[in-house]
Amino acid sequence: MMFKPFRTGLVSALALAGAVTAAQADGSLTVAMQLEPPHLDPTSAAAAAIDSVLYSNVYEGLTRFASDGSIVPGLARSWDISEDGLTYTFHLAEGVTFHDGSAFDAEDVKFSLDRARADDSTNAQKGLFAAIDTVEVTDPLTVVVTLSKPTGNFLFNMAWGDAVIVAPESADTLQTTPNGTGAFKFADWVQGDRIELVKNPEYWGTPAELDEATFKFISDPTAAFAAVMAEDVDVFYSFPAPENLPQFDMDPRFKVLAGSTEGETILAMNNKLAPLDDVRVREAVAHAINRQEIIDGAMFGYGTPIGSFFPPHNPDYVDLTGLSDYDPEKSKALLEEAGVALPLRLKMTLPPPSYARRGGEIIAAQLRQVGIEAQIENVEWAQWLETTFRGKDYGLTIVSHVEPMDIGSLANPEYYTQYDNPDFRAVIEELSVTADQAARSELFKQAQTTLAEDYVAGFLFQMALLTVAKAEVEGLWVNMPTPAVDLTSVHWAK
Amino acid sequence: MSTAVTERSLGAQMLRNRNLLIGGALTFVFAAAALISFVWVPYAVDGVDIANKIKPPSAAHPLGTDHFGRDILSMIMVGARTSIAVAIVAVGIGMLFGVPLGLWAAARKGTLLDEVIMRGNDLVFAFPSLLIAIMITAIFGPSAVNAIIAIGIFNIPVFARLTRSGALALWQRDFILAARVAGKGSARISFEHILPNVANLLIVQGTIQFSLGILAEAGLSYVGLGAQPPIPSWGRMLAESQTMISFAPHMALFPGLAILLTVLGLNLMGDGLRDIFDPKLRRGR
Repeated sequence: MMFKPFRTGLVSALALAGAVTAAQADGSLTVAMQLEPPHLDPTSAAAAAIDSVLYSNVYEGLTRFASDGSIVPGLARSWDISEDGLTYTFHLAEGVTFHDGSAFDAEDVKFSLDRARADDSTNAQKGLFAAIDTVEVTDPLTVVVTLSKPTGNFLFNMAWGDAVIVAPESADTLQTTPNGTGAFKFADWVQGDRIELVKNPEYWGTPAELDEATFKFISDPTAAFAAVMAEDVDVFYSFPAPENLPQFDMDPRFKVLAGSTEGETILAMNNKLAPLDDVRVREAVAHAINRQEIIDGAMFGYGTPIGSFFPPHNPDYVDLTGLSDYDPEKSKALLEEAGVALPLRLKMTLPPPSYARRGGEIIAAQLRQVGIEAQIENVEWAQWLETTFRGKDYGLTIVSHVEPMDIGSLANPEYYTQYDNPDFRAVIEELSVTADQAARSELFKQAQTTLAEDYVAGFLFQMALLTVAKAEVEGLWVNMPTPAVDLTSVHWAK
Repeated sequence: MSTAVTERSLGAQMLRNRNLLIGGALTFVFAAAALISFVWVPYAVDGVDIANKIKPPSAAHPLGTDHFGRDILSMIMVGARTSIAVAIVAVGIGMLFGVPLGLWAAARKGTLLDEVIMRGNDLVFAFPSLLIAIMITAIFGPSAVNAIIAIGIFNIPVFARLTRSGALALWQRDFILAARVAGKGSARISFEHILPNVANLLIVQGTIQFSLGILAEAGLSYVGLGAQPPIPSWGRMLAESQTMISFAPHMALFPGLAILLTVLGLNLMGDGLRDIFDPKLRRGR
């Protein structure tokens, strides 16, 4: 145990209090986040919390996301792509072992990819592997993947948490004992409380700087505030109460990192439910919404307005907020034109996060101004997934879609939005077979515009990633290109 | 005890009783606030005014504004409506079912029916009421109506027990014997002679249960199982202000005070009423 040297200017009781708690082993870090993973296998569930804990820390894929969202080599140190864009030859890293001691080789890659795309696969993102035709092992460190059609974002797909490489011997037990190749090994999971990771001494790449890391799960905003203030946690990833951030910012013990996420927060509308099946009614809802009020009121100013289902930090982003600007008069006119009897009653289900609960109350007040009566129903996540997401029993709901490049998910008419437009589907279809960057960019823009013009949802704002950390913690991701708390280069300031 | 004497001195007794006066005044203030809110509130509570959020008390907003810029005084006035409505109906449910059950059990004292009724009441009483209320609202969905039902169910055994014990003593009295001799059935005796004589007890207990109902509603709303937004509720106001307590204490202070003062007022009033209606108890303490 070592006492950290006092920072200059930090005298008085505050510094003394800090000294007691800073007496922590330099190599350990406690990270808190809101949601606990349902289990620990990222290749068989959609829950982002699994990736948040394990992505890159425990599991690795052929490629991986860097903190800026770019794709960098993972277990595949390099690759060759054939002229026609159909054959990818991956050259794997040498001397890699899984945490259980078994060696990693090309057979594991073949197994993982075949398992993910099998008919009986439980992978939540089978679309990532849809283009794969064959996976062949040419030697223990070389894998050749042949695609059935050129896929522009194949390397991007392989970086997802759903595409990590697992070993055949342990594939069935990953949900409780994760076994990957990463810089941290899984140590313990106390359900309802924490997951512990320890440094993997046999890691093949740059070793982790921390000796151990603990993930704690705190969903209650008040408890979250108390945990950070009492220094029970060193980092709070995606802090739930934006109203407390100014306080942390002023406190020299902490720093606040405000970054961007892939989370498009939308007021989803049930596109098949009358009268929301009428585009004029959806447009009326969109014009009744005052985005800035929602960002200020629900997020205390953190968030960027969006006009479609695409993140503003992406180079292919088109600003379409003008199509759905705040205009209650236009909204009333549209409702009248559509012949809707007012007040129009719509069920609004709200999951627990504060962006949804607070945003929902503000939106309900805004909709009331134009004669739409949103009947708020606060629900728990499990209930929301069951009745709203799968059961599609809702009129309006608020949710943040955190997956990267997920604009294509709206093309599925079976998705909870029930948006069914063949033109949009065609654009997404074309995107999946287009490798040319300029053409892809055009298609992305077209897709965004179609969604905005069809008023598929009330597009609200891009979620900000708000992380509170001890001032001495370095190397954290500020942005969230994928749901992950990558600790591989996190360390305490010396 | 002559009725004439009691009636003559009742008003004087009430004015002399400090508990009753203070409790009554507090209760009156909140009841009046709830009634006035039907016709007038300083600001509408169903809109948001983000530009004016989290303002400390000022001339324009005597109790400040909340995180949506709503006027806290208006919210408390309309919230009083929610609290009082939930508590009244919950006490009503308790009396409507509990009193007849208690009368019935007393009239059939010592029989299987008496046992079944009272053990059934014990069963309900054995569970922590707030936990069961949470369970009920979790099953049937959170709403003010379900909160009322959940709280009401727990008032039933309270009134049943009280009525039974009061009635049992009365059944031994001579005037009941006289009524029996006159040929009145036990149901008629229960309602004509027993009920009016336990009414005092019921009023006192009703006041106490009323305050517990307000607390229970605030508790359920606090955990998100009471009245749903946008209906204002004191408990939810407290819950929502929690993360902002360090920089906007007024948001938690005023709804908290509203709950405290109403419950205090009702309890003082209950104590005062008991002193008057049940002088034996007063001397005993």
